[in-house]
Amino acid sequence: MDLHSVAQQTARLNGVIQEISGELNNIESSIRQAIAAQGSGSADPFVLGLMVFVLACFVGYYVVWKVTPALHSPLMAVTNAISSVIIVGALVAAGPAVLGISSTFGLLAVVLASINIFGGFIVTHRMLSMFSKKK
Amino acid sequence: MTPTISTFLYLIAGVCFIMALRGLSSAASARSGNLYGICGMVIAILTTLLTPAVAKYSGIIVAIGIGGVIGAYIARKIKMTALPQLVAAFHSLVGLAAVFVAAAALYNPSAFGIGVVDAIYTASLIEMSLGTIIGAITFSGSVIAFGKLQGLIAGKPLVFPKQHLLNASLGIGLVVLIVIFSLYQHHSLFWLMTVISLVLGVLLILPIGGADMPVVISMLNSYSGWAAAGIGFTLNNHLLLITGALVGASGAILSYIMCKGMNRSIINVILGGFGTDPATATAAAEASDKPVKLSSAEDAAYMMENARNVIIVPGYGMAVAQAQHALREMADILKSKGVKVRYAIHPVAGRMPGHMNVLLAEANVPYDSALELDEINSDFGSTDVAFVIGANDITNPAAKTNKASPIYGMPILDVERAQTVFFVKRSLASGYAGVDNELFYRDNTMMVLGDAKKVCEELVKALKGGH
Repeated sequence: MDLHSVAQQTARLNGVIQEISGELNNIESSIRQAIAAQGSGSADPFVLGLMVFVLACFVGYYVVWKVTPALHSPLMAVTNAISSVIIVGALVAAGPAVLGISSTFGLLAVVLASINIFGGFIVTHRMLSMFSKKK
Repeated sequence: MTPTISTFLYLIAGVCFIMALRGLSSAASARSGNLYGICGMVIAILTTLLTPAVAKYSGIIVAIGIGGVIGAYIARKIKMTALPQLVAAFHSLVGLAAVFVAAAALYNPSAFGIGVVDAIYTASLIEMSLGTIIGAITFSGSVIAFGKLQGLIAGKPLVFPKQHLLNASLGIGLVVLIVIFSLYQHHSLFWLMTVISLVLGVLLILPIGGADMPVVISMLNSYSGWAAAGIGFTLNNHLLLITGALVGASGAILSYIMCKGMNRSIINVILGGFGTDPATATAAAEASDKPVKLSSAEDAAYMMENARNVIIVPGYGMAVAQAQHALREMADILKSKGVKVRYAIHPVAGRMPGHMNVLLAEANVPYDSALELDEINSDFGSTDVAFVIGANDITNPAAKTNKASPIYGMPILDVERAQTVFFVKRSLASGYAGVDNELFYRDNTMMVLGDAKKVCEELVKALKGGH
């Protein structure tokens, strides 16, 4: 193979590479466009939240009807404990490094929710251990 | 931790909470259910702590420590008879925490990604208002419920003229405030809204009487869930939404069951003032001149040890007198003499859903000998002795026969169909509903007057002395 044909081949390959990279650029930009289009067309976070909420209401409805009436007191205690999951919001509020009005409210809410979490689960446990006690 | 991972972990926590409720479908699986609940909570807290929003841990750890010690101490020390007021107190904390979180979001919205100060998204403002209002009503309502259950506030329904008008105008005022607040977002409007909601919470619960407490507690349970969900919408946090929906649904179903147990609509309970009609009160006073048969603990002991089967009907009076242990001892002696002893539990007996079951469980009564109204009601006809202790309205046959009675239509335990009824009661006064119980004057009813616990102890003595 002489030097000339090697140069020719290289030039041809170079052309192919350029072509492919151009294609890739096109594909990339079309993907970006598609993502952007999807982003603008996706649902409002409120609607997503509403969907989760409504479905969870149905789950709650069916699960709670299955609870045996004898355990209605522990049910109240345990739902009370898990409703303190509001601590998640309190932690975010208490999170910032600088203490301000907002993080003070956050810390207060953390204290209240923690009373409930510990108290609620322990009281539920106490009740349930009475129910499963053997004679 | 990226938002994708934290959202995924929140989903797992949500599933744990569903499993916690699912576990309560039987006593055998209930304890593992509670463990699921604890796991869910630990996952939720750790996940939040690892998100970039939380930069400083020292204050948070101290806060959780303080709350944890207080909560654990109270939960360990509390007597089982004080359970209803404990639950009410805990509900109030959730409500107050919701108000605080909403306030925190108002003062530092950027931490929650809902805008910047004085330029919070309108949708978030509305959601924030709803969370605060429900939270504040839950808080003050639960404080009043706690006061009534603890005996700090008179249990009698407190009614005054134009009450409903006042509540309605406060409600409308709140709606107007939400609109103005979401337009101008003045912080003072937020606090005005909170104060009005606190007042409304007090006004809503004050007129509801002591025996309606099972409904009130369930309702407040439900509210605490909706408050959490309201905050969940504000912060766009799906775990709060799921949990709020679960708790809200649970409380709503319990309220429905309690209302059905009294044959009253939820509206009727909320409007309150039950049993204050002067006409029924005078009717009760006239009726109490009728003769009753008085009996003693010794007679009751003799009758019961010679019976084939006995059904015990406990009520709030048993809880007040803490008679459950003495009662179980009495039942054990009867069982050892070959008497079949069972317990009939009315859905609204006591001051919270399932109250009687917990007290009986505390006294070591086997789980399967406490039966629901539907399961046992048909057996009273073939029962020798029905032993009613501390219950009244839930056994009153007037609910079936007297259309004029305020409790007409309420499902009752048919104790009057038993051969003999022993009625343990402190006095001949009418029950909570202010309705005279015609059961007292029946030929087959024997009244044993006295404190429930003392009577049970005398019965135990008499039963032991017989051998």
